[in-house]
Amino acid sequence: MAEKELMYGNHALVEGVIYAGCRFFAGYPITPQNEVPEYMSIRMNEVGGVFLQTESELAAINMLFGAASAGARAMTSSSSPGISLMQEGLSYIAGADVPVLVANIVRGGPGLGNIAPAQSDYFQSVKSGGHGDYHTIVLAPNSVQELFEFPKLAFELAEKYRNPALLLADGLLGQMMEPVEIKGEPVDPKSLPEQDWWLTGCKGRERRVIRSYDLRPGKLEEWNWRRWEKYQTIIKNEQRYEGIKIDDAEIIIVAYGTSSRVAEAGLRIAREKGIKVGLLRPITLWPFPADIISELSKRIENFLVIEMSLGQMIEDVKLAIEGRSKVHFIGHPGGGLPNAQEVYNKIVEIRGKK
Amino acid sequence: MKLLFGRPSGLTEIKQRYCPGCGHGIVHRIIGELLVEMNIREKAIGIAPVGCSVFADEYFNCDMIQVPHGRAPAVATGIKRARPDCFVFSYQGDGDLAAIGTAETIHAAARNENITIIFINNAIYGMTGGQLAPTTLPGMRSTTSVKGRDVVKQGYPIRVCELLNGLDGPYYLERVAVDTPKNIIKTKKAIKTAFQYQLDNKGFSLIEVLSMCPTGWGVTPIQAKKWIAEVMAKYYPMGEFRNRAKEVK
Repeated sequence: MAEKELMYGNHALVEGVIYAGCRFFAGYPITPQNEVPEYMSIRMNEVGGVFLQTESELAAINMLFGAASAGARAMTSSSSPGISLMQEGLSYIAGADVPVLVANIVRGGPGLGNIAPAQSDYFQSVKSGGHGDYHTIVLAPNSVQELFEFPKLAFELAEKYRNPALLLADGLLGQMMEPVEIKGEPVDPKSLPEQDWWLTGCKGRERRVIRSYDLRPGKLEEWNWRRWEKYQTIIKNEQRYEGIKIDDAEIIIVAYGTSSRVAEAGLRIAREKGIKVGLLRPITLWPFPADIISELSKRIENFLVIEMSLGQMIEDVKLAIEGRSKVHFIGHPGGGLPNAQEVYNKIVEIRGKK
Repeated sequence: MKLLFGRPSGLTEIKQRYCPGCGHGIVHRIIGELLVEMNIREKAIGIAPVGCSVFADEYFNCDMIQVPHGRAPAVATGIKRARPDCFVFSYQGDGDLAAIGTAETIHAAARNENITIIFINNAIYGMTGGQLAPTTLPGMRSTTSVKGRDVVKQGYPIRVCELLNGLDGPYYLERVAVDTPKNIIKTKKAIKTAFQYQLDNKGFSLIEVLSMCPTGWGVTPIQAKKWIAEVMAKYYPMGEFRNRAKEVK
């Protein structure tokens, strides 16, 4: 087994990004992810990458647009209000089919809200937060280990489909320490083959153009239908989830990220008491793992959705279930955390309703 | 038969859509010529704006990217930092650069980012139908200042070269115009100098070009040229504002 190292969540994210071959970071400080640009400024210098502290999140996301269009694996990190500012750029990047990575260490909102961990940016992340018809690939880590591992996966998916990818974590994951196993080979950015759409200067070839607009009648519609086909391929091929004790479960909890950790603790209490609870943890929030939830809903009567929000993912759960099962909810908006006992109590309550 | 004068290969064969008397065609031609004359077409990445010149991505015969309104200096920064061997220029109008993109412009200049910005100042919003721009002169009519810009209600115009000249960062700032053949020659010289400074890794250059918008101004092309000389150039004086190559070493 590879050696494990105790790492701080936001630092693990930085190491994972660099491990993934990213050598371009542009970002703006915002709590609770300030350790990302701080540590990134040191690490990018060490590995010969680019670090830019920008004048705004708008500038950061547009620097990514430029760098990724020129062939760089480019990444930024921010937190909720900052991610809102990036939505304009994300819409353009999605419209131009350019792969970038954006990490959102979510805090409580709306508005300035607070700096406590939250999951209230789900809608913004999975329903396209900017204007127009588009989707971003969204990965939701639930451990410091995954903060290290997911950047590589996110870049691979982003580049495979030429689509922006998001990492949706929260202030708790960013601020906690856990052992991390450094797995796999680091990516040498120089080994990444040149793509036929990169802007590199047109020496020896026809010029290339990256744009998100087409004013000719009907052409944008054609373009967007082609993108829709791409989205259907992603939905078909890339739904990722973790199932814990779902085979014999009578009640299924659906929770992602930090909530899934609490859910698992609640599940353990319930199992000790002989209640057969399972946990379905979406790893990709878009594409949402609707197929497995749909399948489970054919035999499970009760689902429990736990979110650190007023209830956002619950809509996708209900869509997948299509009315076949009851859907219960624990929600903590505004930076509050659920706890294991609360989860267990809710399970008992759901059983009591039988 | 020998061709004495034709379209430079720095421009594509696509017919440009600009109005009669508009200055964009002149500045496009200058850039198209320089891409070839300076042998940089094959390493150039151009940035097309939002506004009338959004179609610049079709007209310059080099790699091009079309970007969000005002964000060109940030995109240019990303490209240049990721690919320092490429030649990176943005082409921006006054609404793009001096309204929504003010922050990106000022900060790219403050960083002395090694890019070149061609800034077309026609004192009005052309594409959207002639509304007030940050550069619209006091008293000048637009569709959102039909009685003329009232500086009490609508504030004063922004002089971009003077504004950026207050920063330590920029390497080269010059304001030129394309209203007369003499000024067109000066414009080409200024843009060429700016391009050369980028090739020499000197840093940030911005060339502000006073340019005609007969349609937006509601005048004939001839009147538009006269207005630049008689009115616009008085508010926006031409000349070199910054050239660090000429500063005492």
